[in-house]
Amino acid sequence: MLKIENLQYSVAQEGKTTGILRGIDLNVEQNHFMVITGPNGGGKTTLAKCIMGLAEPTGGSIVWNGHGLTHLSITERARLGVRYGFQQPPRFKGITVRDLLTVAAGKDLSHSEECALLTQVGLCAKDYLNREVDTSLSGGELKRIEIATVLAGKASLMIFDEPEAGIDLWSFTRLTETFGKLRDRRNATILIISHQERILSMADTILMVSDGKITGRGTPEEILPQITGETVCFCKALDGNAEGGAKV
Amino acid sequence: MNQIDKNLLETVASLHEIPEGAYNIRKDGKSEARNSTAAIQITPKEGVDGIEIHIAPETREQSVHIPVILAKSGIQETVENDFYVGENSDVLIVAGCGIHNSGSDDSAHSGVHTFYIGKGAHVKYVEKHYGEGEGTGSRIMNPKTVVYLEEGASMEMDMTQIRGIDSTNRETTIHVGAGAEVVLTERLLTHGMQKAESRVDIFLDGADSTARILSRSVGQDQSEQIFFPCMTGNEKCFGHVQCDSIIMGDARISSIPAIRANCVDAQLIHEAAIGKIAGDQLLKLMTLGLTEEEAEEHILNGFLK
Ligand SMILES: Nc1ncnc2c1ncn2[C@@H]1O[C@H](COP(=O)(O)OP(=O)(O)O)[C@@H](O)[C@H]1O
Ligand SMILES: [Mg+2]
Repeated sequence: MLKIENLQYSVAQEGKTTGILRGIDLNVEQNHFMVITGPNGGGKTTLAKCIMGLAEPTGGSIVWNGHGLTHLSITERARLGVRYGFQQPPRFKGITVRDLLTVAAGKDLSHSEECALLTQVGLCAKDYLNREVDTSLSGGELKRIEIATVLAGKASLMIFDEPEAGIDLWSFTRLTETFGKLRDRRNATILIISHQERILSMADTILMVSDGKITGRGTPEEILPQITGETVCFCKALDGNAEGGAKV
Repeated sequence: MNQIDKNLLETVASLHEIPEGAYNIRKDGKSEARNSTAAIQITPKEGVDGIEIHIAPETREQSVHIPVILAKSGIQETVENDFYVGENSDVLIVAGCGIHNSGSDDSAHSGVHTFYIGKGAHVKYVEKHYGEGEGTGSRIMNPKTVVYLEEGASMEMDMTQIRGIDSTNRETTIHVGAGAEVVLTERLLTHGMQKAESRVDIFLDGADSTARILSRSVGQDQSEQIFFPCMTGNEKCFGHVQCDSIIMGDARISSIPAIRANCVDAQLIHEAAIGKIAGDQLLKLMTLGLTEEEAEEHILNGFLK
């Protein structure tokens, strides 16, 4: 179980402190499939980074399966089975897709294991295993390789940050199948940050995060109608425009 | 040959045993073993230290190994080797130098390699420099390489120096004839107080000649590196220089690429970048379970591969 209590993340900017996460309390049951959504800038990535250890919270605690994560290094969290797929994955000169998958798996993979991993993200092993993870890859290709590195780890807590970003329609279909299988297997806790209705509708629970707080939590049936109803209403100015325009 | 010699040979020339084909193994200033084949003749030079390697035209799928090892502390030598590669041949030439210095005197090897590559011939040239030993004496290498590529000839040059050499001053000059091509890859890692300087001058003299320089380097600790790759286009040609360095610790790196066109149809490009390891690369590998040190090593290995 993932237990987050009163998580705070604030930064000092121009002399004053800005709260990016402002008291997040969250419990996620073992093998639960949760999709986190909310407006850009709401704090979703920061929350994920705090769980992985990529950002250091200014207050609160995170406990994963009884292990207090708050003071562990990134490496130690990874070894406890926590994995995070970056929203913006880095590129590496000279490191191939195969190298990266090997590191991610923590062992040499058989060819069929490598193929299976890449197929799950809609990539053909033959074309990609020996490609370097550098600027020669498109954003969508890089993103899918990133997802494969999370899958390779056989983690018990996997966090994906906008996995759909930059991915074409065909690969997206494959990706949703993969997430569907992950959910049905029920052997890992999955957190997916996403704005895609297809992914949101697969969730056991949808969590709404905005302005550094949890602003909603419920099943897709409960939450989806709210979201579609307020898509353009996160911003006051947009709100005004919407009223003047499209709304009857 | 003792264990130290064997280790050096394996590192610089990937040799576990006496190689097949033509070879000349030079140890502590003398030729230790030599073999010529019907197509590849190796003979000592008159008057100076060094050898001549004559490769007959149309020689294919053959190799020449000419490793040099300095195992005794304090040896200082200059060797001149000339390679004559016959037309339409296709050969692998493995040269390399390993220094084991366990004493307090400086060990230095200065090698001058001159290649005359005949029409339509292809050469793959692999050169590794390596140093080891617990002594206080410096390990110094100053290689000079001169290449003449005739019409339609091509050469791939892989030159590597990863750790171990305290001071190096490398000079490479290449003349590229009509339709000829050269691809030079240089990999360098310096650490401690090491100094490395590399000057590459490529002259694209023939019509439709092409050249690429890819230089990758890592500077650690207080080491210093200076690169001067220069590409001159005298005819319709294509040239590309790419220098990429990772800087660490208190190292200092200068990368000074130059391109010069003396013909309106010369197309020359240079790119140079120096930067530290990107933080998100380290973080990404740490999220996969590597420690920071392991992540760093993994990134450097990939970069220099
Ligand atoms: N280290 C930081 N310094 C300053 N601002 C930050 C920092 N990290 C995040 N932010 C800001 O916090 C807000 C939330 O960011 P993020 O968690 O990336 O949102 P989301 O993923 O929900 O779009 C954004 O406005 C972002 O600019
Ligand atoms: Mg985000």
